Amino acid sequence: MEIVDQHVKSIMEGCKERARDAGLSFEDETLEYVVTNRDMVELSPKVMMPTLYDYWVHDVRVLSGKGMYELYPNNPYETVINTRPAISFYNDNNPDWLNVMIFYHVLGHIDFFQNNLFFKHTWDIDFNGQALADKRLIARYRSEKGRWVDYVIEFARGIDNLVGYHDTISRTTREGSPRYLSSLDYYFDIFLQSEKGFSQNEYLKEIERYNEILATHRNDTEDQFFIDVKIKFPEFDAFYKRYLDKKEQGRPDVLQFIMDHSSFLNKEENKWMKSVISVVRKTSLFFQPQIRTKIMNEGWASYWHETLFMGDDRIKGHEVDFAKVNAGVTAMPKVGLNPYALGMRLLYHIEDMENRGCYSLEYDQIKDEVKQKNYDRNLSIGRKRIFSIRENLCDFTFINTYIDQEFMKRHNLFVTGKRLNPQRKSWEYYVKSRSADAYREMVADTLYHPPVIKINKEKTDQGPLYLEHVFEGKPLKTDFIENTLVGIEYLWGRSVRLETSEPVKASSPQQRYIDFWSPPSPAPLDQEKKTDNLEWKRVLYVMEDRKLLKRGV
Amino acid sequence: MITLDELLEKDRKREEDGFKRKIRIGRIVKPVQGGRERIIVVPTTVEEKLVHDEIVLDEEGEAQPTGGTGTGEEGEVIGEEPIRPEEGEGEGTGEGDGEGPGEGSGGEHEFESNAYDLGRTLAEDFELPNLVDKGGKRTLVRYVYDMTDRNRGFGQILDKKATMKRIVQTNISLGNIPDVSNIDAEKFLVAPSDMIYRVLSREKHYESQALVFFLRDYSGSMGGKPTQTVVSQHVMIYSWLLYQYEKQVETRFILHDTDAREVADFYKYYSYKVAGGTKVVSAFRMVNEIVERENLARDYNIYVFHGTDGDDWDTDGKEALVELEKMVTYAARIGITVAKHSYARNKETEVEKYITASGLLEKQKNHIRMDVMPEDAEDSRIIEGIKNLLGS
Repeated sequence: MEIVDQHVKSIMEGCKERARDAGLSFEDETLEYVVTNRDMVELSPKVMMPTLYDYWVHDVRVLSGKGMYELYPNNPYETVINTRPAISFYNDNNPDWLNVMIFYHVLGHIDFFQNNLFFKHTWDIDFNGQALADKRLIARYRSEKGRWVDYVIEFARGIDNLVGYHDTISRTTREGSPRYLSSLDYYFDIFLQSEKGFSQNEYLKEIERYNEILATHRNDTEDQFFIDVKIKFPEFDAFYKRYLDKKEQGRPDVLQFIMDHSSFLNKEENKWMKSVISVVRKTSLFFQPQIRTKIMNEGWASYWHETLFMGDDRIKGHEVDFAKVNAGVTAMPKVGLNPYALGMRLLYHIEDMENRGCYSLEYDQIKDEVKQKNYDRNLSIGRKRIFSIRENLCDFTFINTYIDQEFMKRHNLFVTGKRLNPQRKSWEYYVKSRSADAYREMVADTLYHPPVIKINKEKTDQGPLYLEHVFEGKPLKTDFIENTLVGIEYLWGRSVRLETSEPVKASSPQQRYIDFWSPPSPAPLDQEKKTDNLEWKRVLYVMEDRKLLKRGV
Repeated sequence: MITLDELLEKDRKREEDGFKRKIRIGRIVKPVQGGRERIIVVPTTVEEKLVHDEIVLDEEGEAQPTGGTGTGEEGEVIGEEPIRPEEGEGEGTGEGDGEGPGEGSGGEHEFESNAYDLGRTLAEDFELPNLVDKGGKRTLVRYVYDMTDRNRGFGQILDKKATMKRIVQTNISLGNIPDVSNIDAEKFLVAPSDMIYRVLSREKHYESQALVFFLRDYSGSMGGKPTQTVVSQHVMIYSWLLYQYEKQVETRFILHDTDAREVADFYKYYSYKVAGGTKVVSAFRMVNEIVERENLARDYNIYVFHGTDGDDWDTDGKEALVELEKMVTYAARIGITVAKHSYARNKETEVEKYITASGLLEKQKNHIRMDVMPEDAEDSRIIEGIKNLLGS
């Protein structure tokens, strides 16, 4: 692994200037390394973070990665990591024109990392440095505690998808403004309405009383106002304090909760485990935004490498080479999804729609397709719009807001279905739907969405850790439950319960396969109807002494 | 960098600590033109987490939808992929793991050194039982390492007797032994080249030729774990054979649902799936036919390994047992693996039932073995199973 030479670095600096002129913004310093294929294979299990802590699962992945590489050699053009300064890795021997394209792509990623708000909690740290300290810490523990360190890592990683990413990010983005209501707001918003159940009339009267005091006692309105409140509701202070306590605790994620409340982890001799767990938790939090912005991030980088490359004077004569490589990266597959291609096209689409002023009531009211097509208010504000999208959205909101029927039409998109044709003994691929709704749903289904698991504090107070899976129409992967709960039980030090929902099997026993070749009724049931008709029941998994039991709730 | 051995060693320690093992032996297969393919054996592991699962309605349902682009009306079929790819036929038009063009047949697998690693870790524990000298066309060579070779001057172990002989010889020729009846050993002249040592050497063991049939039920009920388990076991037996017998063991692969078909190589054997019914007898019959037609029993020690989930439409095994009894007459060992579905854990499957009832396991103890394990058996259990099947 070595730094790129001066010539290549100067190409990068040239790209930075042009990218800045186009409106991208990123820190001045970046580091570019040339890596071998072997380095790549060894880095990828560590999410390309060279200083990430050692762990045997990474080694397993390296070994299988090497096997994979032997059979299917494949090198990514670039990889960027969200560090300070941002580090990117490249293959050796790229011609200059290709480097120009790759560097623009990389700058797109860096701009995205450093401006998208979902990354805000990563802005103030250099993760590479932090990870190095963590790696040393874990290495030290490993020399003291042996393989038990690996068990703790394993068990913590078993629930590292249940970290409170959204809480973390909302805390960082809302910095400065308090996370709880003032006593006055609490009084009117919650206390009177929810706790005391005031009628509208009473409520308005109370507001009127406040306004009167406001008019007469400019300087100490609140104090004056609360004198009467405290006479009328002596319990108010206690209520408000309870509210504050509750807010203070927030909604701890499962990992944090276990660290705070596990009697096992809080024993003196086990305290080291908590530092290991918090390394795992921190690492997971760091990578969360990356998984949630894949389509946008790749789309953004592809948008910019294409836009900037085409306008770059240094690459004259390589337009055809570029077109070939670019098509390989950003072509829409006949069947399948390519996040680079989808994200890029959607950005272009939004820019164009916004330039024409199509996100408006006027446009929505046009019913004539030709008129819709020709609608153009020449606003040239599209760039601004996509910059604000890059700052404020994540994959889900991006997809959900902007995939519209116009987009489907422009790129001839459809949802591909795959079904069995028993007569021809084949899998058939067919155009399942051309509706934007169906497409959105299909894309959304591919997005990262860990289950929401809540801690039931009341039931947990009785001893076992009581987890509740908030049901969102999908079951948990049952194969994984046992080992994950073994890990949680270990960390918690006592038994663990997990409440979740499972589909009730159809009442008729599974059909024999003979029926499949000569189905009783030729018309196959509509698949979607089948899903809708599924019945769900709550079940409780109990993990005690490393044994798993399942029972109804 | 950590090696596979170290990883597996680490994995063994987990059991001591009261946790389940986590490393499985995985395979990456790449079909290459000309019917040859490369298989690389690698370790794999899964990091279990609480994650959402797809709702699987039926085995025959629709697969997950994906994106697409291009022309075509809603409902229009845009591509097709055969579920049971035929040899030599082209690929399906759709995506998926269709196979490359199969040119010719019987191409040898190009196993990588990793497969030998796997073979080696398994090697100590078993060998093909009941090998009988059939005096056939070709012999089976097996290598063992032994301290049998002698070397003058240097080596690992001093061979005292041989050295003494050599010294005496030298001294006789030097005329240093005037009186044979009264030898004074202290007066011997000893040259360094008189020292005879034993050195480690690779010894060939000639054994009789062997032919191994791999049989697998690939019907619908086998989908998923039973197939994985059976295939895992067979790939281990196969790589062990390759290692131990230096690729000199001949192998044949047969898949069956209600009909049996022979496939050309391990890749096809291991990757094909279909959703039909199950008749175990079809595979047994095919083995018998092949053996008879090609007159194999005369020249080969024949081994048959059959993997199934225990399902059989021939519920009392009337037909299957007839074929099986025929097979026992010539086979050196028949090993039947039943990978049981979790829902059938507590009851005997059809295959188990009729094989046990037939009494063959008792009568022909030396020639037929059955091993029953759960569909989600771990590697250690699978290896245990191989021992059961091959044990003497």
